[in-house]
Amino acid sequence: MGILEVKNVNKRFGGLQALGNVNLSVAENTVHAIIGPNGAGKSTLLNVLVGKLIPDTGSVMFDGKSVLGRAPYEINQMGISRVFQTPEIFGDLTVMENMMIPCFAKRDGAFELNPLASVGKQTDIVERAEQMLIDMKMIDKRHMHAASMSRGDKRRLEIGMCLSQQPRLLLLDEPTAGMARADTNNTIDLLKQIKAERDITIAIIEHDMHVVFSLAERITVLAQGTPLVEDTPDKIKGHPKVREAYLGESA
Amino acid sequence: MLGLDKKDTTLLIVVAVLALFAPFLLNPFPTESALAQFNAGYPDLMQRFVIFGIFAIGFNILFGLTGYLSFGHAAFLGVGSYAAVWMFKLLGYNVVPGIILSVIVAGVFALLIGFISLRRSGIYFSILTLAFAQMSFAMAYSVLTPITNGETGLQVYSSDNPLFQTATDPNVPHLFGLVMRESYTMKVGAWSFSFNNGYYLCAILMLVAFYISIRIFRSPFGLMLRAVKSNQQRMNYTGLSARPYTLAAFVISGMYAGLAGGLLASMDPLAGAERMQWTASGEVVLMTILGGAGTLIGPVLGAGFIKYFENIFSKINESTLHGWFSWLPDPIEDPLVWLLEHFIGGGWALTLGTLFMLVVIFLPGGLVEGGQRIGRLISGKSRGTEDETGKPAATSHPAE
Repeated sequence: MGILEVKNVNKRFGGLQALGNVNLSVAENTVHAIIGPNGAGKSTLLNVLVGKLIPDTGSVMFDGKSVLGRAPYEINQMGISRVFQTPEIFGDLTVMENMMIPCFAKRDGAFELNPLASVGKQTDIVERAEQMLIDMKMIDKRHMHAASMSRGDKRRLEIGMCLSQQPRLLLLDEPTAGMARADTNNTIDLLKQIKAERDITIAIIEHDMHVVFSLAERITVLAQGTPLVEDTPDKIKGHPKVREAYLGESA
Repeated sequence: MLGLDKKDTTLLIVVAVLALFAPFLLNPFPTESALAQFNAGYPDLMQRFVIFGIFAIGFNILFGLTGYLSFGHAAFLGVGSYAAVWMFKLLGYNVVPGIILSVIVAGVFALLIGFISLRRSGIYFSILTLAFAQMSFAMAYSVLTPITNGETGLQVYSSDNPLFQTATDPNVPHLFGLVMRESYTMKVGAWSFSFNNGYYLCAILMLVAFYISIRIFRSPFGLMLRAVKSNQQRMNYTGLSARPYTLAAFVISGMYAGLAGGLLASMDPLAGAERMQWTASGEVVLMTILGGAGTLIGPVLGAGFIKYFENIFSKINESTLHGWFSWLPDPIEDPLVWLLEHFIGGGWALTLGTLFMLVVIFLPGGLVEGGQRIGRLISGKSRGTEDETGKPAATSHPAE
């Protein structure tokens, strides 16, 4: 029984069957990649997992509890953090403030009315955010405006913000899309380091095979909304069905 | 001090000193001199400075922090005024129950309107608040006449017979006997300064309101409100529910507006529906943007700026202009006066509009940004040092 269990999920947009009978099981403390050609339904599946879309049929269980019908913030509070394709951070705020917000969310929950408390006096939050910035090697940038950072740094910050919540499942949506090779390799190293240091399950949706084969322990191949195969990276590499899905029948 | 850091404490002290000595500072010209028309140190105007300061400080908590632009905040001001006058009618002329009730009633009203309006954001939110405020105005004007006294406006009649009003109590708004409209006038040489009871009550409440606003800006709650403005998507996926935060900000700013309304009624025990009209809602938006939205002191400056120029420009008339330009030859003087007279008196809105456009185009950060630029010029700091720290002053240092 995995930490995330997707059973018989179907999602239809008008005449398009975006997801057809998707079954997926992500085992705890593994890195599980979901790959597939354009239009395979990867993003739809991800949006179902985080509560943005509700599937027509099927069930999604996280840690034994259903996530369906819950708002994104509730699903996050259950322990699923999401990293976006384009880094979603609080651009108007400083790096330190960015890091403190998820720490507050973890400590105080979805809403806390404390208009007379002082941010600077929440020593536990300040310490935790600073530690996370040290871990992410960003402590020297703490006073910087988040929007003024490079794309690689924004990605780093976003991953750090997600980790500071100590999620049980980290969802990554094409984390290296549009990145230069050097930034891509940095991100791979960062994710490897995260995996080595923490008890965390990572589910990653990715286009870049280099990233997938560097990180993943299990791979699910999605094509036309349905999982084709699920196996270890070595087996996937040579799988005829996968080649067919990616390169067409003639290959 | 008071749980504030050094910079905020300094700011609070500066505002307190300015408010305390306002009767001197606003009357720099001798009473008989030609420049006396630029004096602003008379009770009625000073009261307006601080009351609209409170209104704008509260509005800034919603607009400046969360970015939700409400176009209906005058409704809460009006409701506050009605609540206060009803307290005078029912209980007596002591202003304390009126002020307390005006805050509570405006808060409840804001909860109701906010709950519905905050289902949408952006322009739709603005339109919803505007619609609610205009509905409130229309109802106060007609349907709710038994409560609001319609177009006459709500006031205290001698037949009202308030519950706690005794024969010895003053028959005008007072604070435990201290009559709001009474002033002590001090004459020094050619100058005269008036110290008005009502002004000082308003000024003290403005300082309390300002202090609370600083605390909110510096609190985790305030941080979350800025997060709402910055990126709601990230907020939702960080386990935070944006709606209760925005609703709380809406209610708090509604209560500030209610306090301002209650104080207006306490200075002059009248409440009319026109206080809820959309022009009044628009005015507080102008004040906040003109002063600097999202900054601590900006809204107060904006409120003072608009109220000052409104009064001064409205007082200037055609003959004043002729007096000023009489040294010019007639063919130049007459067209010039003809041109300028559109910007004075009743045409003051034209001046306000021009000023507002200039500020928005050349000083997007409002008067606060203007002050910062002047400060930088004086201290001789180059812009380069600012950039090195990576902190554009306008956004990350709201207190400056």
